[in-house]
Amino acid sequence: MHFVLKKKLSLNPEKPKQSMGNNFISVTDLTKQDILDVLNDAAYFEQHPNSNLLQGKVVATLFFEPSTRTRLSFETASNRLGARVIGFSDPNSSSTSKGETLKDTIKMVSNYADVIVMRHYLEGAARYASEVTDVPIINAGDGANQHPSQTMLDLYSIWKTQGTLDNIDITMVGDLKYGRTVHSLVQALSFFNPRFHFIAPDLLRMPHGYRDFCKTHNLYYDEQETFDESVINSTDILYMTRIQRERFSDLREYEQVKNIYCLRKSMLDGAKDNLRILHPLPRVNEIAYDVDESDKAYYFQQAQNGLYCREAIICRMLGIKVG
Amino acid sequence: MSEKKELEVSAIENGTVIDHLPAEVTFKVVEVLGLYTYSGAITIGSNLSSKTLGHKGIIKVSDKYFTDEEIGRLAVIAPNATLNIIKDYKIVEKKYVKLPKLIRNVVKCSNPKCITNHQPVATKMEVFNEQTMSLKCVYCERVMQRGEIELL
Repeated sequence: MHFVLKKKLSLNPEKPKQSMGNNFISVTDLTKQDILDVLNDAAYFEQHPNSNLLQGKVVATLFFEPSTRTRLSFETASNRLGARVIGFSDPNSSSTSKGETLKDTIKMVSNYADVIVMRHYLEGAARYASEVTDVPIINAGDGANQHPSQTMLDLYSIWKTQGTLDNIDITMVGDLKYGRTVHSLVQALSFFNPRFHFIAPDLLRMPHGYRDFCKTHNLYYDEQETFDESVINSTDILYMTRIQRERFSDLREYEQVKNIYCLRKSMLDGAKDNLRILHPLPRVNEIAYDVDESDKAYYFQQAQNGLYCREAIICRMLGIKVG
Repeated sequence: MSEKKELEVSAIENGTVIDHLPAEVTFKVVEVLGLYTYSGAITIGSNLSSKTLGHKGIIKVSDKYFTDEEIGRLAVIAPNATLNIIKDYKIVEKKYVKLPKLIRNVVKCSNPKCITNHQPVATKMEVFNEQTMSLKCVYCERVMQRGEIELL
């Protein structure tokens, strides 16, 4: 299943100005060209994952909220490019537990690091951090708001498995209300004329703001509660999400919907050849284990693509040209 | 009648008359513009009859002319207010309030998980939709509809 991306993504006819600057905070800051540049660099890193491009640089990873997967991915990306990594993975071991403000922590770390990767439980924390320092900030997740490097790896996975980002038919399933990955993906794909199918129980329906976003950007979408072969068989990408227990204030509501969707291998019998199943992970029970054997399961490779995208993002934030 | 109104708003020698305030926000305007600490003369009228608003508020502030930033703050709570600039008892200029692109430290973010509600960070709101008066928090990206807007 491994293949080389030969065709570079490009914009025609003219390249618009880049907008993301030296911070990577939110998908809403990105232009189409920004996205294509990151993905092209990620394709380079897939072929050349190890180098000394970041030799002599220090990358700080500040995880005010634990996240093993994302932290390891960023730290591996830094290590594979020759950078040194400092930081913490548990806020209880940092000055935050003594009451230090985010501003003070960022100011202090800015004295040591060339780039700061941060995850925080408060929404807007990364944007604020970018205002109090000149050191580039990479948002590795701020509460339920943004997680833009996840969006890049989702896009990269779509591009890699479909050979294009244009005109993709994508079905999003599960928690479409609280799931930041689906929200950011809707925003990022808006540049590429997608067709969306939103499948969720009424409690977890795609929020009004994102449906409005589709309307104002002339993007096709439909919504339904039923998840079955009729939708699977016509789609290119099946983007499954976990029903997130931690987002519910009323656990009775969680109990009502927690097992509502489960993708089984037998449901894929009539699917298109190019269909691939994505999931931001971790999964609970929304994808049965027998699906892992299917060549349409792509979620583990998807996570691996995160490494290349994060190598690309760190280099761009430091102004380092690749390739 | 109109002459009488004119006299009413011109009754200060120099300064600004803020007119066409919805009656219920009159005292909020005093707060938002920081007039509690102003040392000059201020006349406040509330629940005055108005043909267009039913009841309105009016605030006359002697020897003070508001900056664009202050007028922007006013716009968040009274988007239809007018400011009459008075010099030598006469209205020399009429200003209509206009929402600024960025509203700093006037509106509270309605998202309980927003950093501005937990750390000493001044709020910043962008106007998301001028017609519906919805605002978007620059930090957490929450969009607030007009009814949800709460001032700091």
